This record gives sequence, C-alpha cells and structure tokens, in this order.
Amino acid sequence: MLAQQLVSGIVIGGVYALIALGLTLVYGVLRILHVAHAAVYATGAFVGLTTYQRTGSLWLALLVAAAFCGVFGMLIHRFVYGPILNQPRIVPLIASIGLFIFFQDFLRLVFGPYAQSFPARVPFGLLDLGAAVIPGRQVFILVVTLVLLAVTWFVVNRTRLGLAWQAVAQDAETALAMGVPVPRVVAVNFLFGSALAAIAGILVGIHYNSVYPAMGEVPAYKMLAVVVLGGLGSVPGTVVAAFLLGLVETLLVGYIGFVLPRDAIAFVALIAMLLVRPEGLFGKGGA
Amino acid sequence: MGRAVPDVVIPAYYITMAIITGIYIVLALSLNIITGFAGQPNMGHAAFFGIGAYTLAILTTRYEVAYWIAAVAAAVAAGAVGSLLGLISLRVREDFLAITTIGINFVVVSIFLYHPFFGQAFGIGNIPMPSLLGRTLDRGGLLVVVALAVLLVIWISRRVEGSWFGLALESLREDEQAAEAVGIDTRRFKVLAFTLGTALAGFAGALYASFMSFISPGDFTFPLSITILCMAVVGGLGTIRGPVVGAIILSLAPEVFRFVLEYRLLVYGGLLVVMMRLQPAGLLGRGSFLMRQVERWPLRGRGPAAIP
Repeated sequence: MLAQQLVSGIVIGGVYALIALGLTLVYGVLRILHVAHAAVYATGAFVGLTTYQRTGSLWLALLVAAAFCGVFGMLIHRFVYGPILNQPRIVPLIASIGLFIFFQDFLRLVFGPYAQSFPARVPFGLLDLGAAVIPGRQVFILVVTLVLLAVTWFVVNRTRLGLAWQAVAQDAETALAMGVPVPRVVAVNFLFGSALAAIAGILVGIHYNSVYPAMGEVPAYKMLAVVVLGGLGSVPGTVVAAFLLGLVETLLVGYIGFVLPRDAIAFVALIAMLLVRPEGLFGKGGA
Repeated sequence: MGRAVPDVVIPAYYITMAIITGIYIVLALSLNIITGFAGQPNMGHAAFFGIGAYTLAILTTRYEVAYWIAAVAAAVAAGAVGSLLGLISLRVREDFLAITTIGINFVVVSIFLYHPFFGQAFGIGNIPMPSLLGRTLDRGGLLVVVALAVLLVIWISRRVEGSWFGLALESLREDEQAAEAVGIDTRRFKVLAFTLGTALAGFAGALYASFMSFISPGDFTFPLSITILCMAVVGGLGTIRGPVVGAIILSLAPEVFRFVLEYRLLVYGGLLVVMMRLQPAGLLGRGSFLMRQVERWPLRGRGPAAIP
C-alpha cells in the first residue's frame, strides 16, 4: 500500500517538475510569474489528444504538442511579455493572468467544456516490483518524465545554451555586453519550457484519463508555489520541490488522510517555508 | 449574483447592481491602499473580504451580537489577519509576497470549506440586514449604507494620500531602500497599509454578507481577488479615481457583455492583456492616454502635459 502510494506520488511529482521547470526557466531570465504557462500546458494536452486521435501514435502526439506549444510560448513572449518588461512587476503578471483566462476560455470554445478521455495505448506493460505493481501507463509517464528531466539537466549544465541561460539569469545586461545573444536565449527558453509543459499536459491527461479545458486552473497557481518552494529560478530546487510536493500530497491525502484539500497543501507548505527560509530550498540570496 | 424576487422589476434590479458596484468600489479602493499607495502586491484580497463576511455572519446568526458591533468586529478581524500579512511582507518581498497572498487566499477558503465551525460547503444563511435607528433596513436602505461606505473609503483614501502616511507609502513604493535611508520607518508603514486596507475589505465583507443573506466559501475564491485587482489596475493603480472607475466598469461589464455571454471570459481575459499591453498605467492612471487628453484640455488651462 505504502509503496503503491510512493510510486503514485513520484509520478505526480515528476509531472509537477515538468510543468514547474518551464516557470523556473522563464522566471530565471525574465523575472515574470508566468501564470499563462498553465494555458500552454492545457493546450498541449488537447493538441496531443487530437493528434493521438487522428494518428494513433503516442510519440507523434508528444512531438506535435511539444512543437506546437513551443512556438505558442515563443509567441506569448514575443507579442505580450517582450514589450512590457520594463513596466512595474504587476503589469506582466496581470497580462499573464489575462492570457491564461483568455486561452482557457478559448480551449473551452474550441473543444467544448466537458472532459474527454485519453485512452492511450502505451508501449509498456505492467511492472511488478513485488511491493508495488505499476500499471503500464504510469511506467510510460515515469520513463518520459525521467528522460526529459535528464535532458533538461544536460542542456542547463553541459551545453553552451545552458551556460548562456545561466549567464542571462544571473545578469542579463552583463551577459549582453559579453556577447550572449540575450533575445535568442530568452526565445529558446520559452520554446523549451513550453514544450515541457505540453508534454506534461499529455502525461497528466493519460494519468487521469481525462483532458478538459480547465485542467490548467489548479496548476496555474500551485506551480508558482512549487517554484517558490524550490527557490525562484533554481532548476534543481524546483525539481526537488516538485517531487516532494507530489509525494507529500499523495501520502497525506491517500495514506494518512488529511483535513485540508489536496490543493491547499502546497500553499500551507509555501507559507510555512517562506516564513522559515524565504529563499526557498535551493535559493541563493534573500527574497 | 442572487437577485430577490422584486415587486417592481427594474428598480430592484438597479438597486442590486448599485449595491454590488458599491461593494466592489470599496474593495478596489481598499486594495489600492496596499497595492496602489504602498506598492505591495496583494493577490488574496478576497480572503479578507471573506473573513469580514464570515465574522459578521457568525456573530449575528449564532451569538446574536448587535449588527454594527459585528460589522466593526468584521473589520477588526480582517484587519488583524491583514496585519499578520503585513508582518509577513516585511520578510517576503515582491513576487514571493504575491505568491504568498495567493496562498493565503487558497488556505482561507479551504478553512471555510473544511471546518464545521464555518458551515463547510453549506455556508451560513439567514444573515440579518443592518438596522439603523431601531429599524431594520431593506435593500434600498442597504444601498444608502453602501453609498456611505464608498464615500467613507474615498475620504479615507484622500486623507491617506495627502498625509505624511501617504507620502511615506509613496516613498516605500518608489524606492524602499531610499525611503529607509532618509529615516522613514518603512516597516511600520507597510504593516499599517496592510491593516487599513484589509480592515476596509472586511467591512465590505460585512455589507456583502447582509446583502446576500447567505454566504459560502465559493464567494471568496481566488478569481475574486483577481477581479478586484483588475478593477484597480484597469482604472489606474495608485490614484483614487482609477479604482472607482475600474470597479464601475468591470462590475457592469458582465451585464453589458451579456449579449456575448458565451464569450465573456474570452473578452475579459483579452481586455486585460490589451490593457496591460497598451495602457499599463490603467485608463485613468498617471500618464495614461485619457489623462493626457484631460490635462491637455485647453479649458483646464494647465498648459502642456507634465513630463511623464
């Protein structure tokens, strides 16, 4: 029972990590709380589902959704965030919330308000670990998540792009002066983060076997809590916080039973954390 | 929005709309003290509105406390929690603070929803109307009370704006370190701004509870906080005219957009993005297009617009 819950928590935590990574990447370079990221995530789920229904190929669905949403994310930056970066911080934040409301409603108008099932046939069978039996779908989700996290780690730490990203995150002006093509780094950043969110959308759709326009509603704000818990802008911190939250939520709700609704746990943890350690798990410097 | 079955259809409808709009004006102006004057993000204002509403509802329905005492208690309760948030704001800044306030909204609503004391999902009903001079008010009377509350909050805002307190808040908003360097006790003023703004929101909650006569956790969720924030921002944060006009526009917008009912959220979200993109200071904020026109107007005789 406990092992089963642990696996479930890791699966959820991994998906949280994929969504939250995009937010961290965006926050790292632009200092914007990208609420509309959750709209990208829901869009990814729908694009993936549609592709899957048309072609029957899950890999193609992941690819098409990632590409579509990557471009979507870049366009959001190009046409909305880019021009208002110099405004007070609250301006891009409200624009982001407006975007989120807009696209969530857009999805509802295009795909209808009801949940659609995502009956994916995954290329994995039941995995029997003795203590826990993991259904094929969860194996698939875990494999995809871990591969993507590894890719992200590699890109951030071992490539020139990752180096450029770190430079921009530390000090955009100096990076520009040193010849880092900041606008391009930021654009690629949006592309990459949004693609991850799209794939996370598909994985969540498969996990709960349902895709619906309002599926971004809770992640939109809960993921901000994850990002802060990890220390705003810290990639490893975000991943650790996401897995911790997934585990804690699942264990508290499923195993122990808890008085607060699942979605409030993240915020309780957040407030407690900010009071004790405002810079987050892995953050550097004060809040 | 709950509408009573009226004797005469149209006036009752207008009274309802006017009360709702008035409550939104109070909310937008009270948020403006925190976010506009002091520059501190607060994306959980609906939580304090809810704390006020629940305080009044519980005190009047369960403990038979006199209405106005309960209403003052509502403001005090919300202000007390708000001052806690103010203390948090000393430690947690900017984006972190914004997320914390979102969290407070979620946590407060889930406490209302899960704790039997707050009636859980069933909410609390039979909340009385205010009484004045020994007479229980009807909706028309409540409208007068709400209008007085709006005037009160405008008056408070004007007093704050013109006072040493207001100047301190402005310096806090523009450059906190510089404010501290010239000897302004930024900590005290931050907490004061949070306390005052949230207490006023709590008072608005008391009026709202009477107006609805039934409240439930769903009335105070995070989207309401966003709506209030949008009212202040669309009108023009940091001014007094801005939040008033923003509250009027956005609380009437659902009625005006009724003909595009199906696309209402689409229009609303799109509007926010376009506003932020083209007029980030709000419709009537400093240096906005409309204000430049007003200031340039020859009849005012003010000469060219000030350098932005």
